Amino acid sequence: MTGDHQTLALVLFGAFVAVTLGITTYVSRNRHGSAEEFYAGGRLFSPMENGFAIAGDYMSAASFLGISGLIALYGYDGLLYSVGFLVAWLVVLFLVAELVRNCGRFTLADVVAARMRERPVRIAAGTSSVTVSVLYLVAQMVGAGSLVALLLGGTSEAAQTWTVIGVGALMVIYVSMGGMRATTWIQIVKAVLLMAGAIALTVLVLMRFHGDFDQLLRTAADRSGHGGQFLAPGLKYGGDWTSRFDFISLGLALVLGTAGLPHILSRFYTVPTARAARRSVIWSIGLIGSFYLMTIVLGFGAAAIVGTDAVKGSNAAGNTAVPLLALDLGGGADSTGGTVLFAVVAAIAFATILAVVAGITLASSASVAHDLYASLRRKNAKPRSEVAVARVAAVGIGAVAIGLGLVARDLNVAFLVGLAFAVAASANLPVLLYSLFWRQFTTRGAVWSVYGGLLPSLVLVVLSPVVSGSPNSLFPGVDFQYFPLENPGLVSIPLGFLAGWFGTVTSSDPADEAKHAETEVRSLTGAGAA
Amino acid sequence: MEKHDGRDAGRVRPGDLKDPWYDELASGWGELDGTGAPTAPAVPAPAAAPERSAADIYLEVQASAAFQEVRRRYRRFVIPAVAAFFTWYVAYVVTATAAPELMARPVSGAVNVAMVAGLAQFASTFLLTWAYARHARLRRDKAALDLRWVVFEQKREQELRQGAER
Repeated sequence: MTGDHQTLALVLFGAFVAVTLGITTYVSRNRHGSAEEFYAGGRLFSPMENGFAIAGDYMSAASFLGISGLIALYGYDGLLYSVGFLVAWLVVLFLVAELVRNCGRFTLADVVAARMRERPVRIAAGTSSVTVSVLYLVAQMVGAGSLVALLLGGTSEAAQTWTVIGVGALMVIYVSMGGMRATTWIQIVKAVLLMAGAIALTVLVLMRFHGDFDQLLRTAADRSGHGGQFLAPGLKYGGDWTSRFDFISLGLALVLGTAGLPHILSRFYTVPTARAARRSVIWSIGLIGSFYLMTIVLGFGAAAIVGTDAVKGSNAAGNTAVPLLALDLGGGADSTGGTVLFAVVAAIAFATILAVVAGITLASSASVAHDLYASLRRKNAKPRSEVAVARVAAVGIGAVAIGLGLVARDLNVAFLVGLAFAVAASANLPVLLYSLFWRQFTTRGAVWSVYGGLLPSLVLVVLSPVVSGSPNSLFPGVDFQYFPLENPGLVSIPLGFLAGWFGTVTSSDPADEAKHAETEVRSLTGAGAA
Repeated sequence: MEKHDGRDAGRVRPGDLKDPWYDELASGWGELDGTGAPTAPAVPAPAAAPERSAADIYLEVQASAAFQEVRRRYRRFVIPAVAAFFTWYVAYVVTATAAPELMARPVSGAVNVAMVAGLAQFASTFLLTWAYARHARLRRDKAALDLRWVVFEQKREQELRQGAER
């Protein structure tokens, strides 16, 4: 990679940072800093704007670079992975989006606490939300560091360190200065850039094969070195039964976890009504679905045009497949077109990471301030300071994310995204669905279901091969591996649901009928919605 | 601020009121074409008991035929749909991991069963999204909005009454 790529990519990325900082200053002028404003951006975004923002929040660099890279390396198994990310949105659309918009104000805990004793429920739901966010955040921060090394050739430790610190500082500035309004506009800009980049590359790939998808697949299969196997499942997840169960576990976590991700849930509060929430999800399903369809073309395109061996040679995880593809599509390594396309792709990847981390930081600062702090603070503290707490929390979360990102810099943290989805599906989804749909659900059931999903998923990961006992573990030297799967979802998701049920049936005090009626009426009609 | 008293509020039928947040004619996903079946506004008239609390309003609305109908329509769509796509997704993932040779059977050219099934997952997701949006728009939205106003009116009435007592 020549210096031209780096300079141009840095210029483009600098432009993105300048634009987003401009947005942050512009939208935060003359704002009063109310909680409504900070957490929900004034609730006046249109369904289309929010749809783009949801897509921007959801499509991380792991999707853009990671999934196409997986397809370029393992063919069909990469596609298998992306299907779960899309189908998950049906859970969100059918069971969660409208009802959560109607019942809650800012966070997941709002929905549950409306029916239950507030304090224990808020502490539980707040804790699990922050856990999910931090896991996701660390994965993104480490990803940002290694991305710089990959795309700009800056393999030095210092470059990675400063990237992680820079990304962390920027996300804290966006969130604490601009709140939800700025974060939303950053997501929208990023989603537009990402879609435009993906469309451009897809069109170029298809033009290369004269629009013949069949030809693209055959070339990809030939150049992958796997032949027909490349187009069928099994290359990555089809080894022994452990790895097959591992994929089933991951698939479950993906499809059920999305509806429990705090930064996705908080997006539904930025629109005025449940109907607008529904229409934003429809927009985002359209965007996310077409995006993943394009990653299929890009992934197979990278295998066909760049070649699987060349992709693997550049980065063992395949993360450079799309940048390498862009270089080739633009005309090759020494051409202007190749340089420009490569730089554009690199800049979009940075923009993607920045936007995603900002969204997660905002959601977790809302959980800290609105759920944890509000429940744990002394009774006589002033409630008006909640937004101030949220701003401080954003700084704190930024510091934690930078710290963990630096510590984990050289570790293999690819499992963290799958783990974040598994925790969200085990700890957040059961309590949310029970609160919305189960008449007998009680406070004890709610608390048990959160901890009954959260603790097993974390414990199982500690006992799994990702932490110890295998050459790829975080601590390869020691062996306390007792659980065979890398993703705990297959066990911990049923445990979360079971714990909620068991806590409810063993409760001494029955569920509050009136509060259930209120939740049910509000969730389906929007009566009394914030 | 204009003040409404209880009698005045009682005359307004819920369906006549427009919700300022309700973006009903905003552009986008097609609009109601008159084929929707409106629910009977069978919410019981507000009982005159003076000590009604907010909780009673919600309990009453929950028990009303109009609300039961909205809930029934929602559940009759959502429960089968969730069962269907979840089963279909799990079947897809399990088949792909447990029986890759079945998925590798060619269909046409380089396209095999796996590719068809994967694209069918995308297609079914888009299709169910469209079906849900249509169902909600035609069968649920209006009745839900009417109920929202019923609750709103009853709450306001109650607040006014409490204000008068004080």
